[in-house]
Order: sequence, then structure tokens, then C-alpha cells
Amino acid sequence: MNPRFVVAKVTGAIGTLAFVLAFNFFLFRVVDDNPVDNLFRGRNLSPTQIASLEERFGVGDPLALQFVKYVRQTLQGDLGLSIKSSRPVSDVIMDSLWPTVWLVGTATALSMVIGTLLGIHAAWKRGTVTDSSATAFSMITYSMPDFWMAMVLLAAFAINLRWFPTGGFEDAGSTATGLSAFLDQAHHMALPAITLTLGYIGEYMILMRASMLDTVSEDYLQLARAKGLRDTEVRRRHAVPNALLPLVSLSALNFGYVLSGAIAVEAIYSWPGLGRATFNALEGPDFPVLQGLFLLFSASVIVANLLADLLNGYLDPRVRLS
Amino acid sequence: MTEAVLELRDLHVTYRAAGVDVPAVRGVDLTIGPRDTLGLAGESGCGKSTIAGAVLRLLPRATRVEGEILLEGQDVLKLRPGKVRAVRWTTAAIVFQGALHSLNPVQRVGDQIAEAIETHARTRSRRTTTARVGELLERVGLPARRRREYPHQLSGGQRQRVLIALALACEPALLIADEPTTALDVMVQAQVLSVLEDLQRDAGLALLFITHDLSVLRSSCRRLAVMYAGRIVEEGPSGAVFDEPRHPYARALASAFPTIGDPASRYRPSGLAGDPPDPTALPTGCPFHPRCPVVVDDVCPSLDVRLRPAGPAREAACVHVGGDDDG
Repeated sequence: MNPRFVVAKVTGAIGTLAFVLAFNFFLFRVVDDNPVDNLFRGRNLSPTQIASLEERFGVGDPLALQFVKYVRQTLQGDLGLSIKSSRPVSDVIMDSLWPTVWLVGTATALSMVIGTLLGIHAAWKRGTVTDSSATAFSMITYSMPDFWMAMVLLAAFAINLRWFPTGGFEDAGSTATGLSAFLDQAHHMALPAITLTLGYIGEYMILMRASMLDTVSEDYLQLARAKGLRDTEVRRRHAVPNALLPLVSLSALNFGYVLSGAIAVEAIYSWPGLGRATFNALEGPDFPVLQGLFLLFSASVIVANLLADLLNGYLDPRVRLS
Repeated sequence: MTEAVLELRDLHVTYRAAGVDVPAVRGVDLTIGPRDTLGLAGESGCGKSTIAGAVLRLLPRATRVEGEILLEGQDVLKLRPGKVRAVRWTTAAIVFQGALHSLNPVQRVGDQIAEAIETHARTRSRRTTTARVGELLERVGLPARRRREYPHQLSGGQRQRVLIALALACEPALLIADEPTTALDVMVQAQVLSVLEDLQRDAGLALLFITHDLSVLRSSCRRLAVMYAGRIVEEGPSGAVFDEPRHPYARALASAFPTIGDPASRYRPSGLAGDPPDPTALPTGCPFHPRCPVVVDDVCPSLDVRLRPAGPAREAACVHVGGDDDG
């Protein structure tokens, strides 16, 4: 790949990150001049307590000094302390990170594969029953709000049929290890994962179908057919590789939303991930945790965006070699 | 008598678009012998490219194709799908027009040529295929190493030559060149034409050359057929057809090109009034009569003239041709 292309993209990503870092700081300062007043409004605090809280948040300092401190601490990996639990924000985030990566990562990967395959087949059999039913299915699932679908599935499969637990990461007080722990967690994850997968499929299906339809009328498919290739070979070797290009960006981009993408669904299924952590922090409100989460969410989108650009550059020779 | 490489017998092709039948080819007979060259000319929409698609059965599924298409004696319209695939590219190959769009943009050009070879000869080893790809590229005047490049790295003329090399991959008996020079500038067009002519001569291919540019056909084809509204309206030796066209449409097509060395023809290119006919609502009688400069008012609108003899090895479909005034 062209080194200048890579350098340009990486520089752009670093610049965006720096902007987000600054923006994130000022966003939470705009809310109110004094977070201590704002957070503890209406509660009786002694002047000493206020002073100590202001000391802890560095509120008394001039804004510029606060900003320098914030940047320095963030770069050192220190995201401050949670107001609610007094634990370091980074610990709160790390605890919730893996459940979210598991759940949303699985759902994203599944929906990507299923949606893309559905889109390929629908477009290749355009106008048939296969096409119209796949398209209808995608439109319906795509337009359903995820919190609504989560509640419907919860009511049907967890409460009425009792096939799945109603929520949580594993059985309460579970001491299982190894395979049985994994199976227990998978059992808990099934419903939220199905909810998210259904919600995500439509986007991939609809985009892949449209992209395939653009490709189907290309002259090089006619040439591939004229060469004597089978229909499936024409599709697999010539149509799909070209039609996939626009999807690569979308997919890589969507991996950036893995961390932040399931706030409602995690809250409904009591899944102890970043979404629920966000939900809890909003209830507080626990601004240091929110600030840390926002920074993480933005960073993951920016990094995913960078990867999308680089991947697209690698896959499309027209981008890679120009 | 040697068997014809391609013989069309009363070929009819009817597209179906939005529930309406669109007759694109309406009874065409053509014969191309081994090593023979035939030029097929006509304006856009006259059905000439449809014939190319019909020969390899590449037309949309809803299209009705009737008559006979004999490729080396076997009727491709009666073949099973598997046999059709086997015939494609081995018996007849097409040099497509779109130098820009006919190659897959994300595959190396060498791989696209190799794919054709491997599809029809699965026993070949990778190495002999690669060597063969290099050889094919060199035959069209490109260095073998360029097989590693992607279409966008080649110029229009180079891409067109890749398409020619690709068409030769399985040593077909018949090459159908469908407007192979249309998108190219004149100098490159001349290069591509000479490559095509050399190959035709050296490899002993039969060539069906489709274009709207009659002047290109004069030098590269032995015989010439002019199509109008889905039918051949004139056929004969290319020099004779080009220099002394008998059908008024062929005459208009031939005089649309300025004669080199004759400034008068450059400043007064004689075009043809009117638009090509709508295939879903063809004029009655001779389909050309609304645009014809020599229309006979009480005959042409009602008489659908078929091809009739018009001189040595020539035929034309016009009331003015044949009988005593044929000379």
C-alpha cells in the first residue's frame, strides 16, 4: 500500500482523537461551572465537604489548568474516580468491557455474515420469492426498535417459554468453571445476542443487495459468463468481490459501535456490559464515568474508521495503487 | 464443401421489456466460413450486438430466440446449459466493446485470462497456464509481465488488447468483435485494428466484426452486411458495398464518412434525417421508407422487400434493386 496514504489516514485519526479528547473535557464543563454544585444540588453539605469535593475534582483551579491536568492524566491512563463508587473509572470500564465485547461482537459478526449472504442471494435471484421475502424480513427487523424487540423476546422466550434466563451474565452465585461456565454464560447471552443480531442484519442485507444489483449489470459479468463460467462461479469470483467493497467500510465502521451499541438491550437484559454501565452512570449522574465512557466510545469509532480506510485501500487495487 | 463456422438461419430475437415484445432481430441469415471475415454494420439499436449475444446465448432469460444458430454445425439453441458453457469461448469468443468496463477491476488481467484457460482445460498446471497467458499478451503486443497489473493501470488501448488476448485464450474458431474500437481514439483504434487483422490472418480465425463505423470494415473484412431495423438490408464484398452501396440506407451510412482527399465531402458530410425506428412500432412496408431519400410513394409503405440479388455475390432489400435496372 502507498505509504503516504497510510500516513495521511493515521495522522487524520490522531488529529480527530486529539479533538475528541479536548471536546470531551469541555462538553462536561459546559453543563455547569461547578460539577460539585450540579451533582449534589439540594443536599446538605458542610463547607468542608464542599471544599474537599472541589479539591478532588480540581474545580477551584482555572479552566486552563484543569484542562492540562485532564490531558496529562488521560494520557497516563487515569480517567479519574467514579462519584458513585469512588473506584477508578478505568476499573469500572474494564469490568464491563468483556461482557460487551462478547455480546455485541458476536451479534455484529453474526449479522454481518447472515445479512451479507441474504443480500447476495436476494440480488442474484432478483424479483423472486427468495428476494422479496428476504427483503421484507430485513426491512421489518431493521425498523423495529431494539429495546422493543428485546422486551418482546424476553416476554416470549424467557418469561413464557422459560427457554432462556431473563437476564444477567451467569446464574446467580455460580461457581462453575471451564466448559460449564462457558455454557452457562452462552445460555444467558443467547437472547440479547439474538435481539441485536436481528436488529443489525437488515442494514447489511439491504446494502449488500443494492451493491450486488449495481454489480449485476456490469459488463465484466457478461464477459465472465461468455467465458463459460458457471453461474455460481460468476457470482463468487466476479460479482461478490466487487459488491463487497462498499460493505467493508460499513462493517469495519460498525465494529467501532460494538462498545457503545447496546445500551438499551444491555439494560433490559441486565447484561453487565458497557451499555449498562452507561445506563447506570446516566442515572447517577456519574460524570467522571460518563466522561471516560464517551472517550472510549469515540476512540473505538475513530480507530474502526481508520481500519475501514486501510482495509478498503488494501482490498481495492484502484485505491491501493493510485 | 467445408462446414461453415457460423451459420444463422432465419434468426429472430425478441426482447421482453415491461411486458412489451421488442423485436430486435427479425429474420437474419448469415454464413461465415473458416478464416472468413464478415463485417456487420448498422446504427445503434439495429440488432447487431444482439446477434453477438445470441450466438453465445448471453441474452436475458426472458428473451425469445427463434431460428437456428449453427456453430460448427451444432445448433446452440438446442444445447443443454452445460454444453453451452463448454461451447462458450472454445468455439466462439467475443471481444467486447467496453475497454473500460469489460474487465473485472479487482482482478489482475493475467488472472482473468488464466480463468478462461482453466475453465476449459482443468488439467493444465499453474505454470503452463502462466506461460500461456504471457504468450497471449505478447501476441497482442503487450509485455508478458503486464499480466500482474490491474485494469486501471492500463490505457484504453492496452485494455482492449487484453480483451483480444483474452478472446484468444481457448483458440476459438470464431472471433466476434463487438465494436472493439468504438471507445478508442483514432491512433489507438488503428493499432487495435491492425492487431486484430494480424491475428485473424495468422491464427486462421473466422471473424465477425460488428461496428457502426463502415470505414473500419472496408479494410478489415472480406464481406460486409448492413443491418437496419433487425434485418440485413445489403450484403456483398466489402469494397463493392462500401464504394457502390445499392440500398439507400447503406448509401447513407457509407457517405456519412468523408472521403480522404476529397475536401468537398468533409465540409458536407451527408447524414441521414430522422431517428432509428422504434422496434415496438416499426413502419409498415419497408421499415426504412420514412427516412428514405428515394422512396416510391405508392410502393414502399406497403411492400416489405426482402433481400434480392443485386450484382455479383451481392444482395440488397430495396425495390430499386434487381430486374432490368440492376447494373
